[in-house]
Parts: sequence; C-alpha cells; structure tokens
Amino acid sequence: MRREGSPMQGMNVVLLKELADHLRSGRMRVLEWLIVLTAAAALYGVFQQIRSTTASDPYIFLRLFTAAQEPMPSFSALLGFLVPLAAIGLGFDAVNGEYSRRTMSRLLSQPIYRDALLMGKFLAGLATLAVSLLALWLLVVGAGLVLLGVPPGGEEIARSLLFLLLTLAYAGVWLAIAMLCSILFRSAATSALVSLGLWLFLSLLWPMLAGALAQAVATPDPVAQMLGQPGIDTLQWQLALGRLSPSQLFAEGVLALLVPSTRTLGPVFLSQLQGALIGAPLSLSQSLGIVWPQLIGLIAAVILLFTLAYVLFQRREVRA
Amino acid sequence: MSTDVIQARELTKRYQGRAAVDRISFTVGQGEVFGLLGPNGAGKTTTLLMLLGLTDADSGSVSVLGRDPRRSPLAVKREVGYMPDAVGFYDYLTARENLAYTAKLMEIDAGERDARIVAALERVGLAGDADRRVAAFSRGMRQRLGLAEIVLKRARIAILDEPTSGLDPQATENFLGLIGSLRHDGVTVLLSSHLLDHMQRICDRVALFHQGRIALLGSVPELARQVLGGRSAVVVDARGDGLPALLRGIAGVASVEALDDHRFRVHAEREVRPDIARALAGAGAELLRLDDEPLSLDAIYNRFFNAMAQEERRHAA
Repeated sequence: MRREGSPMQGMNVVLLKELADHLRSGRMRVLEWLIVLTAAAALYGVFQQIRSTTASDPYIFLRLFTAAQEPMPSFSALLGFLVPLAAIGLGFDAVNGEYSRRTMSRLLSQPIYRDALLMGKFLAGLATLAVSLLALWLLVVGAGLVLLGVPPGGEEIARSLLFLLLTLAYAGVWLAIAMLCSILFRSAATSALVSLGLWLFLSLLWPMLAGALAQAVATPDPVAQMLGQPGIDTLQWQLALGRLSPSQLFAEGVLALLVPSTRTLGPVFLSQLQGALIGAPLSLSQSLGIVWPQLIGLIAAVILLFTLAYVLFQRREVRA
Repeated sequence: MSTDVIQARELTKRYQGRAAVDRISFTVGQGEVFGLLGPNGAGKTTTLLMLLGLTDADSGSVSVLGRDPRRSPLAVKREVGYMPDAVGFYDYLTARENLAYTAKLMEIDAGERDARIVAALERVGLAGDADRRVAAFSRGMRQRLGLAEIVLKRARIAILDEPTSGLDPQATENFLGLIGSLRHDGVTVLLSSHLLDHMQRICDRVALFHQGRIALLGSVPELARQVLGGRSAVVVDARGDGLPALLRGIAGVASVEALDDHRFRVHAEREVRPDIARALAGAGAELLRLDDEPLSLDAIYNRFFNAMAQEERRHAA
C-alpha cells in the first residue's frame, strides 16, 4: 500500500534535538575527555621522538598520526580503539531508550514516519562523531604547527582529511551496530553489553581466529611448510576472513593513507617488486587506489547495517 | 452528533495467531465522548493504535475524519492527539522544552509556537511549572502535560489511553474536568479505561470490550436496560422480623437478596417502592431507607461479566 507524505518529514527536527542531546550529555563529555587525554598522552611521546627528524622526513605531519612511542600506541591505533566506544556510547539506547522512557508512542503519534525518527537519530549520532573527530583533528594539526614549527603540506592535509573520512565511516559502522542492538534488545543494558562484546570480539579476538580458521580451511602445502611460511592460499584466506572485521579494514586503510610508502595491503611476490623504489612514497591517487576497497567496504557496511536496523524497526510494535 | 468522525468496520488484529481484536465495528460522532471499557488485555489499546495507524490491522477498515490512517497516516496524525497509557517525557528537559520538540514535529510556525505552548500549559494548570524539569513531575502532572500536548496540537480528536489510572482522587477529579473542557471545545474524545465510575461520569457512550470483541455498546442507561433487565433493583434498609418473606410476598417482586442483617436488594418487574413502604409499615418494621439502586456501570459490568463467566462454565461442562 502506498503511503502519502514524505518519509523524511520531521527528520530535521529529530536530528537537531538528538544532536543537542548528544552535545550536552554527560556521556559524550566523558567520552570526549577520554579520547582527548589519551590522544594527548600518545602524541606527547611522539613529539619528543620526531622533532629530531623534522628536516629529513617529507611527511612529518603524517608521522604524528602513525608514530608510536612505547608504551603508548600510535594516535591512529588509539582512535581505532576508542572511536567504536564513542559510537556505541551514542547509539546503544537510541531506540529502546524511547520505549523505556515511554516516549515512543507519543512521538510516533505526531505527524512523522518512523523513517524520520530512525534516520534523524542516526544522522545526529554521525554528526556528533564528525564534529568530535574534526575538533580532534584540528587539535592535532594545531599542536603539530606549534610544536614542530613546520606547516603541513597540501598532500599531508589531504591524506589526513581522508583519514578523517575513513574514521567517520568506521565510527558509522559501530553506530549502526549499536542502533541495531538498541532495536533488537528491549533493555539498554543488554544492548550496550552486546555491542561492546561484539566490539571486543571483532577487534581483539577475530584477528587471531581468522589465522586459525585460515589454517583449517586452506591447509598449507608441504613446500610452504618446509620453508616455514604460511602458503599463498592460507594467507589469502586469512586476509579475507580478517577483513570481515571493520577494525581490520580501518587499520589497513590507515596504513595506506597515512604511510605513503605502502604499496599493497596483501602479499607481494618478489617479481612484482622488480623496478620498484622500495620506500619511495606513492602519489595520493595511487594510495587512494589501494585504500578504495577498504573505504567502500566500511561505507557499504554502514548502509547494510542501517538498512537491517530500519527493517527491524519498521516491524517493531509501537506498544511497549 | 450529526457526522461520524471515526468509523471502524470489522477490525481484526492477531498476535501470534491469537486475535487481540476480533472483528469489531463502531462509529464515533463529532463531539462525542466515547469510552472503551474492559479488563486489561481486552484489546482496547490495540484498537486505539489501529485508529492512529500505529498498528496495522490484519483485516477490516478504519476511517478517521474521512481518511484511512494506513494510507495517509500523516494527515490523520495531524488532526488526532494521542496520549498513551502512562505517558512519558524526556526527563532531562523542562515541560516547555518537551512541548517545543513536539510542537516542531507538529509543524507549528516558529512565531506562534511559544504563545501556543504557554496557552496549552496554562489550560492544564502547569503554567507555573513550565521551566521545571519533567523528572520532578508527579504522575498527575505528566498526564496533564500529555493533555497539554493535545491542546497544543488543536486536535479535533483526542485519544486517551487509561488517562486516569494511577492518579489520586484529586488529580483524577482535575483530569476529568479537563476532559470535560475538551468536549466543551467540540473535541471528540475517545478514552479507554477499566475504571468504571470515571467513565460513567464523562462518557456519552461506552463500548464494553471482552476478549477482543465489543460485547455491549451504548449509553450507560441503555446498557443498564439491556444487562440489568429493565428496572434497576430497589435497596431496602429496615429492621424487623421475617422481612425477606414479607418482601417476597409483595405482588410484583421477583426476588429478594439479603445484603446483610437488615439490608435487602429487591428485584421487581414494576415500581414496587410504595407497596414495600406500605407492607413494612403494616408489619411494624422500622424502615430506614428505601431507594432505587443507582444505575452504575459497575453493576452492569459485574453482572455482564459474571453472566459471561457462567456461560463459559456451562459450555465447558
């Protein structure tokens, strides 16, 4: 049956209200401070380390994002760890919160479709994350300007902005997962627990499991075993399985975007390296070519998860 | 009551194979206060949600203000205000902010918005609490805020789900007064409840729900005639010996029920009060009270459901 009226009617109202809620919520403030403080700790060591190489490194600004000083991980690795946490924090009670507050049926009795409610909530979460990430990026670049005394080059800016986009897509995946859980589970605590469990599983356990599974699926051939190497089939399987996890896609994307000398994200044969200047940086367009599948994969995952959440939400009964 | 603003025909809704609402039909006229009455789980809320297009009916048709809520939900929801059972608000926002959010969703012009919110809050007596957070509101205040939202919307139909349950007597009184004032404005009011005396006082007509069907439909006096069989009972309060036998002996008395030592409920086919008075006076009994039992929805309801239960037992046996 065709329904009359735009499904997006009222979406902006929902978006602005949710955005205002996020920006002044104590939850978001805690998450922001967590990210800013850990980022500051990570960057402090890095500044000490790279100040000495300012003159020799053409991509000194990108090193800010990728260099790690023991015991802290690099800034980009830290983001890969903390951004999902922020996204889950914003999304885990998006829908079930409206039920438990008993506001859902009152809201839906206003002249809006459910589409507008879900879309507005999702975009508000994404906008909050985008604002936070942009602020963080500006802080890092600003700190770099002051502490290193070198202005970033155009390509460095472009690469780090693409990195920002990649991070946002990655955050979007986790926001969509959290919102999906908030539709599936009536209790906010269950929803938060499941999303966090999924996050731990996909970020920490899955990379290890992928290796073991690849061994099981494609047993290494004897020649490779004798050489002590995994064998090309096994390696391919391991990569393919590992890439089911968004954190793997994000890590690979970061590598290709922020380390310009990255030539490939998979196995390389010696013959393919003939004539290559090892360690020479690739141009931005070629790096983009490498990272394209990862970036598109993350965006596709966002769309897929959101669609699933949308279908489930449409079928959900209004009464609590 | 010239035109019908709500028409429901053969509405059916199934949950997991069980019919929560089973082929119900009714109409509500313009400006009427219509009550949906019945025990919890009888299908009242489901029916209300189907009128709003918030739940899809499995079969049957609904027309609200001449529109199908399934096909044009936005147009219907623009004209119909809904207050759910135990209405909730955003606790961290003030009453004014809560209404401002829904006012934007209702597409009220920015210029008018503030004035209309203030007017709505004043109407329900919350003007002084406009800038307090809803977290500090009592149940009664929340219900009133829910009604303020309907006033704000200038809804032509107000649908209220269990509006008085859980309110203290004074808050209930207050709330029933507010519903009365909505009716005065020409708003058609649909409300569901299991609290009978409230419904009796404000409803023009009631529909008695039983296991997903409308068992009875009509005004309270009509229902009384249908269920209680013409006359209501007479309650006699008198002191003396052998009164039940004496009462039973009066011509026209069908049965006598002893309520306690000196109170009796007399069912009769005709007006027997003068005869009872004469008979008691003749027998030397002290007559303390002689009264028609008030026509109460409670009595109708209890009588009706007792009869239903007996029927079911007989079927089962």
